[in-house]
Amino acid sequence: MFVVRIENLSFAYENDLILEDINLTVEEKDFLAIIGPNGGGKSTLLKLILGMLKPKKGSIRVLGKAASKNPSHIGYVPQNTNVNTDFPIKVIEVVLMGHVGAKNPLFGYGKDEIVCAMGALAQVGMQEFAQSKIGSLSGGQRQRVMIARALCAHPKILILDEPTSSIDIKGQKEIYELLKLLNQSITIVVVSHDISVILEYANKAAHINRRLSYHDISDKKETFHTHNEGEHFCEVELLQMLGSENYNTNEDETIKWKESK
Amino acid sequence: MIEALSFEFIQHALIAGILVSFAAGIIGSLIVVNRMVFLAGGIAHASYGGIGLAVFFGLPIFLGASVFAVGAALLIASLTLRKRHRIDTFIGLIWAVGMAIGVIFIDLTPGYNVDMMSYLFGSILAVSTEDLYFMAALLAVILFVMTFWYRDILAVSYDSEYAALRGVHVRFFYTLILILAALTVVVSIKVVGLILVIAMLTIPVYIAEKLSHSLFSMMFLSGLIATLFTLVGLWFSYTYNLTSGASIILISAASLGLFLLLYKGK
Repeated sequence: MFVVRIENLSFAYENDLILEDINLTVEEKDFLAIIGPNGGGKSTLLKLILGMLKPKKGSIRVLGKAASKNPSHIGYVPQNTNVNTDFPIKVIEVVLMGHVGAKNPLFGYGKDEIVCAMGALAQVGMQEFAQSKIGSLSGGQRQRVMIARALCAHPKILILDEPTSSIDIKGQKEIYELLKLLNQSITIVVVSHDISVILEYANKAAHINRRLSYHDISDKKETFHTHNEGEHFCEVELLQMLGSENYNTNEDETIKWKESK
Repeated sequence: MIEALSFEFIQHALIAGILVSFAAGIIGSLIVVNRMVFLAGGIAHASYGGIGLAVFFGLPIFLGASVFAVGAALLIASLTLRKRHRIDTFIGLIWAVGMAIGVIFIDLTPGYNVDMMSYLFGSILAVSTEDLYFMAALLAVILFVMTFWYRDILAVSYDSEYAALRGVHVRFFYTLILILAALTVVVSIKVVGLILVIAMLTIPVYIAEKLSHSLFSMMFLSGLIATLFTLVGLWFSYTYNLTSGASIILISAASLGLFLLLYKGK
């Protein structure tokens, strides 16, 4: 079953064509990495999938419906969770924001909502921080809370925009390990600059620079996994490999590229 | 000091001080966390236009100022939603144009000689019974809104993009916050005046923010701190025969300085 299906999508702000003729399908339990240069249209594509923007041309179906029709099936973790850290709000209140219920109680929060939110916090290993002020957490911990907020709605797909920018290396690894665990039951789409890390976890990669070039990298990972543990690929070479239009995931050439290194 | 409490105007001043302090504490918290301080300043000064119009047409001052301030708030709300990157320019414009309208209409009012300074710097010792009703009604509305829409307002204030995704009507709540801010500014004019109102909306809030873990406790604490400053300021102005609004603000500022000194030491 397709979780996300994008066909012949184009999008423009005013007259600037941001995305052109995008085709992309995300299947259940995929771990899709979206990479590409700044201004290439990565965040715009996410906003289109989330239904925050309307496509100029083409269609987006999320779980068989128009993108804006079923926000509760999409969990979203926005970029930049380091803004507004002075805001007086407890971790549990942030997570409760993600809850989507049939109806809210007249005031305050319902018992079932709090149970649900605590469950989401437990999933990301942050339940002991429920009563802490959000600003007192580290960047990595805050990112976990944002993931818990997205999980609170029991989404079928989790979309993350640059989840590890501004987190230290150890925190980044932990976030991706968490995503790997969640990927056992949820489809994951992540925009990231950390492409070397992405290759460790993603099974598909899409490079976006106005146009999209798509790669199934689940097999490629095996080709590359002769490296030592923890060693990363050179990001420039990877970008060239994944981004160039005339490079068609040709296995022979890939090996040649590796040998010449 | 005790015998002063038997005067009706002192009783009115105390009640007005408490009502307005709580309104300012709650709405000031929203203004600060939503980074609307400059915006609230613009609305406060623009409301002078409403005072001028009310004087010219012989209408109740509160009514004129309220309508004008709410109008300015709606204008700012629609501009913010459409031209966000230019909003500081528009606020500056509304700020100055509102005041200019006020000055011109007071010029045009024949034989007018009421002290306009009282609107600029407050006149808490001249609060009428009607003024008190107006203040109490506003506080009731604020408490009602905050009780029933607390989680929506919290979501919009903390992360409006995410709130929109979750189906919260962001524009509605943003506009609602601005309207309540405009009305709070108008009632605060009686206490500290429209030039000093911004300090009343921010100083207690700034202290409360440092001590709070949630928006609710920040609002409650801001209300208490604002009340304390207002009452001490009133006592100060009564004892030394000084302008009440300015006394309240200076007591607040001095307390803030002291607080920051002690807080840093921790």
